[in-house]
Amino acid sequence: MAETVFAPWNDPDETPLIRFKNVTKSFGDFTAIDDLTLDIYAREFFALLGPSGCGKTTLMRMLAGFETPTTGVIELDGQNIAGVPANKRAVNMMFQSYALFPHLSVWDNIAFGLRRETSEKDRIAARVEEMLKLTRLEKFARRKPHQISGGQRQRVALARSLAKAPKLLLLDEPLGALDAKLREATQFELMDIQEKTGTTFVIVTHDQEEAMTVASRVAVMDEGRVMQVATPPDIYEAPNSAYVADFIGDVTLIDGVARASSAGASSAQPDAVVTERKPQPNELGEWLHDKILSPVLGEREPAPQPDAAPQEVAHDGIAIDWAEGQAPLIATEGDPALDGQSVKLALRPEKLSISKDKPDAVNAFQGKVIDIAYLGNLSTYHVELAGGQMIKAQIANTRRISRRDITWEDTVWVSWSGTAGVVLTQ
Amino acid sequence: MRRGVLIAVPYLWLLALFLIPFAVVFKISLSDVALAIPPYTPTLKDGLGAMLSQLDFENFVFLTEDDLYWKAYLSSLQIAFFSTVMTLAVGYPMAYAMARAPEAWRPTLLMLVILPFWTSFLIRVYAWVGILSGEGFLNQFLLWLGVIDTPLTILNTNIAVYIGIVYTYLPFMILPIYSALDRLDGSLIEAAEDLGCSRIKAFWLVTIPLSRNGIIAGCFLVFIPALGEFVIPSLLGGSGTLMIGKVLFEEFFSNRDWPVASAVAVILLFILIIPLVLFQRNQQRQTEAET
Repeated sequence: MAETVFAPWNDPDETPLIRFKNVTKSFGDFTAIDDLTLDIYAREFFALLGPSGCGKTTLMRMLAGFETPTTGVIELDGQNIAGVPANKRAVNMMFQSYALFPHLSVWDNIAFGLRRETSEKDRIAARVEEMLKLTRLEKFARRKPHQISGGQRQRVALARSLAKAPKLLLLDEPLGALDAKLREATQFELMDIQEKTGTTFVIVTHDQEEAMTVASRVAVMDEGRVMQVATPPDIYEAPNSAYVADFIGDVTLIDGVARASSAGASSAQPDAVVTERKPQPNELGEWLHDKILSPVLGEREPAPQPDAAPQEVAHDGIAIDWAEGQAPLIATEGDPALDGQSVKLALRPEKLSISKDKPDAVNAFQGKVIDIAYLGNLSTYHVELAGGQMIKAQIANTRRISRRDITWEDTVWVSWSGTAGVVLTQ
Repeated sequence: MRRGVLIAVPYLWLLALFLIPFAVVFKISLSDVALAIPPYTPTLKDGLGAMLSQLDFENFVFLTEDDLYWKAYLSSLQIAFFSTVMTLAVGYPMAYAMARAPEAWRPTLLMLVILPFWTSFLIRVYAWVGILSGEGFLNQFLLWLGVIDTPLTILNTNIAVYIGIVYTYLPFMILPIYSALDRLDGSLIEAAEDLGCSRIKAFWLVTIPLSRNGIIAGCFLVFIPALGEFVIPSLLGGSGTLMIGKVLFEEFFSNRDWPVASAVAVILLFILIIPLVLFQRNQQRQTEAET
C-alpha cells in the first residue's frame, strides 16, 4: 500500500496556512527582510536556515507578533495578522533560551498559557497531564526549572508551547543548547511529536544538518531574502545557486563556460548501461557445456563483456570549458540553452571517485593529493588538478587506515559521472 | 590553622564592636540613675559581686508603666512601615525605568541614584528644611503658580518626616530592585505574552514575582534604619512626631537618664531582630535559588 506523499506545496488546490506577501522589515537603515514572498502549508515542518543575521529570526518574530512588517502582508489562515498582538495569535513560540518561568514549577509552566484562556481546573489539569506524558516529564512535574537538566528544560519549553494547541508552533534554535548526542535524539523526538500532534512547525536554525533531518521543506535565507525553498533532497541535490550549494554541505565549485554538447561530443559511455544480469557458469560449467551439452542445448549466449569498448555517444547536456588545455567537464543534465554563458559546476565530494589508475568515466582528471581530512567514517581528499583547481573527493573508509593506498603527494585520478554535477548560473 | 584565623577575624570584629558594647548597654539598662560620672550606679568600682547583686529590671518595668514609650514604639513602627510602602511605590517605577533604559544610559542613571551619597546626610536633610518651611522654595513656587493663597504647613509635621525618609532611603530601595530587574530575561516577558498575557498581566505574573527578592531586600533596607531614625524626625518632624529614636536621644542627653535610655535601646534592638532575621532568610533563599 503506497502512502500518499506529503507534498501540499505541489498541489495547486491547497491553500497555504501562512503567506508572506512582499514582506519587508527594516530597522533604521538595516533591511532585515527584503521583499520576501513565501508560503507555508498546514502540517508542514518548515525550516528557516541561514547564517546569523540573515533575517530568519526576524521572520519568526513577525509570525509570533513581536515585530510588525514595515511593508507587505502576512496572512495566517487567510487573515492578515498585522494588527493582531502576540497574545491574541493562535501561534506559540519555543524560545531559544526556553524562557521558562523560574518561579513556577514544570507543571505551572505548562499550565501558564491554558490558565489565560480558561478557568476550568479539570480541563487545564487534563491538558497538562497530556503534555507531560507526550514529553515524558511526568516525574518532574513538581520540580522548578533550575532543578532539571538542559534536555528536560527543552522538553518543558516544548510542552508549554504545545499546550494551547496552536495552529502554528515556532521553534527558535530549539536544540542549540544541547550537546550533539542529545540533539540528534531530540531531533527525532521533535519529528515524532510534530507527527502526533499534527501541528505546523516552523523551525529556525543555522545547523543545516538539523534542518535537513527534521524538515519537510527548507528555506535557505541570505541577507533577508529566501534563496531557495525545497525539500531537503532537492536542496542538496539540486541547489539553484552557488550560495545554496555552498551553504548546504560540502561542495567544489568550478567556473567555466558552457558549450552545447553537439559541438563537443567526446568519447564517453552512456551513464547507466542497463544490462540484464544473468548467472554465468564457472570454468567447469563452461567445459561441461561446450564439450557435452552444446549439441543438445545449442549454442550458449555469450556473456556480456564487462569492459566493452567506450562507445562514441553524443551525450545530452553541455560541456564546460574550464581551463586551458583541459578536457571539458561533461554535465549531461545541463541545459543546452546555456551555450556560451559562464556557469559554475557544483560537485558534491561524495559523488566523486578517486583512484590510482585512470578510470573509465565521462569526467576523469589527473591531480595531486594535497590534503586528507580524516573524519573517521569518511576521508575527504583535497586534490589539485592541473591548472591549480582544487577539488574535494570523499571516500568511505571501508578499509583500515593503515591499508589506505592513497596518500599525500600521490598522483591520482578524480572522476565523476555526467549526472554528478549540478550546473549553476548564479 | 589559616582557616581558623580567617574565620576568627569577623567573629572578633563582631565581639569587639557589637557584643561587648551591647553587653555594656545591657548592663547600664539594669542599673539605677545617679548623680555621678558616669550617671548610673552600680559600676565596676563597687566590685563585681556587689555590682551584679544590685542589678534589676526596674527600668524595663518602668517602660511598660509610662505609655509614652510603647506609643513611641508603635508610632515608629507605623512611620517606618508607611514610609517603606511609599518608598517602594516611588522606587519600583524608577528601578523599572532604569532597567528598561537603553544599555548606554544605565551607568549614568545608576550614578545619579548614588550621587546624593556624596553629600553629607545632615546637609541634605537641612536642605529639606529650606524647601518645606513656610517661606521655603516649595511654598514660594506654589504661591507663584497661584495654586495656593496661604503657605502650606509641611515642615514640622509627619508629612515632612515621610518626605525625608522616602528621599533619604530611596537609593536603598532602587538598587536591589534594579539589580533584580536587570537580571530578568526579556524573553520571559515575551513568552508570557506569547502564551496569552496582556502587557499588564505579564507584569503581574512574571516581572513582579521575579523581582520579589529585590523588593523584599529593598523594603528591609528601608524599614530597619527608618525604625530607629533620629535625625529626620528631629529636624523635619514637629512636637507631635513621636519616634523612638527621638525619645532615646532625649533620655540620654536631656534627662541624662542613661539606664532608661539603655532599656529603650535594648528593646529597640529586639524589635529590629525580627525583620533582620527575615531579611537574612530572604537573602539565603535567593542565593539558594541561584545555585
